[in-house]
Amino acid sequence: MASVTLSQVRKSFGSTPVVLGVDIEIADGEFCVLVGPSGCGKSTLLRMIAGLEEISGGDIRIGTRVVNNVPPKERDIAMVFQNYALYPHMTVYENMAFSLRLAKAPKEEMERRVDEAARVLGLVEYLGRYPRQLSGGQRQRVAMGRAIVRKPQVFLFDEPLSNLDAKLRVQMRTEIKELHQRLKTTSIYVTHDQIEAMTMADKIVVMNAGVTEQIGSPLDLYDNPANLFVAGFIGSPAMNFLPGKITAAGIAIGADIHLPMPANNLAEPGREVIVGVRPEHLAVADDGVPAEVVVVEPTGADTQIFCKMAGVEITAVVRERHDFKPGTAVRLRPELTYIFEPASGRRLA
Amino acid sequence: MSLSRFFNNRNTLGAVFMVPAGLILLVFLTYPLGLGTWLGFTDAKIGRAGEWVGFENFTFLFGDSVARLSLFNTLFYTIVASIIKFVFGLWLALLLNKTLPFQAFVRAVVLLPFIVPTALSALAFWWLYDAQFSVLSWALVKMGLIDNYITFLGDPWLARGSVVAANIWRGVPFVAITLLAGLQTISPSLYEAASLDGATEWQKFWHVTLPMLTPIIAVVMTFSVLFTFTDFQLIYVLTRGGPLNATHLMATLSFQRAILGGALGEGAALATAMVPFLLAAILFSYFGLQRRAWQQGGSDK
Ligand SMILES: Nc1ncnc2c1ncn2[C@@H]1O[C@H](COP(=O)(O)OP(=O)(O)OP(=O)(O)O)[C@@H](O)[C@H]1O
Ligand SMILES: [Mg+2]
Repeated sequence: MASVTLSQVRKSFGSTPVVLGVDIEIADGEFCVLVGPSGCGKSTLLRMIAGLEEISGGDIRIGTRVVNNVPPKERDIAMVFQNYALYPHMTVYENMAFSLRLAKAPKEEMERRVDEAARVLGLVEYLGRYPRQLSGGQRQRVAMGRAIVRKPQVFLFDEPLSNLDAKLRVQMRTEIKELHQRLKTTSIYVTHDQIEAMTMADKIVVMNAGVTEQIGSPLDLYDNPANLFVAGFIGSPAMNFLPGKITAAGIAIGADIHLPMPANNLAEPGREVIVGVRPEHLAVADDGVPAEVVVVEPTGADTQIFCKMAGVEITAVVRERHDFKPGTAVRLRPELTYIFEPASGRRLA
Repeated sequence: MSLSRFFNNRNTLGAVFMVPAGLILLVFLTYPLGLGTWLGFTDAKIGRAGEWVGFENFTFLFGDSVARLSLFNTLFYTIVASIIKFVFGLWLALLLNKTLPFQAFVRAVVLLPFIVPTALSALAFWWLYDAQFSVLSWALVKMGLIDNYITFLGDPWLARGSVVAANIWRGVPFVAITLLAGLQTISPSLYEAASLDGATEWQKFWHVTLPMLTPIIAVVMTFSVLFTFTDFQLIYVLTRGGPLNATHLMATLSFQRAILGGALGEGAALATAMVPFLLAAILFSYFGLQRRAWQQGGSDK
């Protein structure tokens, strides 16, 4: 096990810059999730850590060793690919034992470690099968098994669950998390699913267009998003954004809506801002802000109210049940608001 | 039963559609093959229908030293050429599978020997091997490596080597391009997984490339062996079987005996004698190299 440190890591394909100077420190034993929209460079970053992609600039350290020019096979890293990349001509056992076989491990040890991994992952009865003869979830487990038998310094996962159906995804999510708690191997996990990120990570790195937007614990990112992008990306349903203006009395939205000023506001009156409110921070209350209901969707546990406030579509999630008809006027009270600078997206309060 | 009912029946309709193909097979394949086999058991000469003579032709050929030599030549030609074509073709395919500058152009060039009509390329080789005008000899002399021109097609073993070389030149593109197609179906992530698993380049080739490629290798090599075993054009243009029958293959000898020598029965018997070898090659690839368990989905085995 080891820490992983990226400092000013850059990558260009030809003249196209893809990763533009990324700094991440991942502590020994930490479960770090890289999350961001499609095409933002997550896979590229992960592949650079694995050594499958050259580094155009900066340093990658595993432990204290700079690995910029170390070939993948000497980095002591295991990776679970999105398409699993199982060897189709090898049985499950052979797939999992392959790295040990190449390392010329003694036969007993090889068997012991594969058996152990198979037991942990519930693959014992499939050891003699070929990948073709397995379901998606089983293949995913074999890919994990192949990684864990090696006891590497670092695990890398590139969207390992994206080929599974929703139910299996939730189940495997828990299994991977449990596995990490048991093995305590430093893990870097790429996903574009923010719920996966929130539920699994010790540390989340939010990436966008080749840069890191924010790094922190899941709840830290949720409670204190550094900018518009992170605020909109973390949390589900996504945060509502309304254009507003700072006034002496509070924040004016449109002509006749006034929200109270957040406590630690830095913005001076007269300034145009974007106000963010999470759906779960809106409550139906008589002293709230007027809005018009568009649709109500009860999910059982809570109720999602889609409505229009000052001409902007917003979502509210409330615990109690309502059956407002479309067009009904309601009043919603924001319990917690964020304020962002429109141009830079920087958070002001 | 009305005519329209008759034609709407799946089975009749199927049979009707198969008639043209069946006829073509019958007229152009089954009939000549049957006739050839039949002729092999007769003493037919050109201009004279033969009588049934049983295995007489075969026993005669078995005792005939030239026929036996042609069998040896054919086996030598097939085995040596096929092995070299395989090794060289695989090497070329691996090379072409890397990203090269002018990739499409290079691949097209590799395919050239395969596109040129065999008779034409054989003529070119004939010039290369000519006793007086050989470019090869000329080049070697100019380089000071030899003093006298080599008679490539004059000496039995030199001639065998020369025709094998020509066959290899002609056959490698087929092997290389087909194997290249096979290589391109192997997912790059398998190689990435293997390098993370600690495999060297050689181990990746041995544990990933080769096993993934076996099904295609089986098909390509079966065809390659069949084509080489039955080769006619190259030999006929280059040597006509000479010198001293040293390059006569069964196909060329059969032609010489049957058409030029007029002994239809004997030539046909020689041609028929090739069939067991060809069948063996096909059966070998069918049973020995058929779809592996890992290629089959679904079943619990
Ligand atoms: N080999 C390559 N050559 C050129 N451009 C590439 C190459 N690989 C990736 N890119 C580009 O780099 C950018 C980042 O790609 P990357 O695969 O890292 O995205 P990602 O964040 O993993 O996205 P996703 O969530 O869709 O997997 C993309 O714009 C992509 O087009
Ligand atoms: Mg990706």
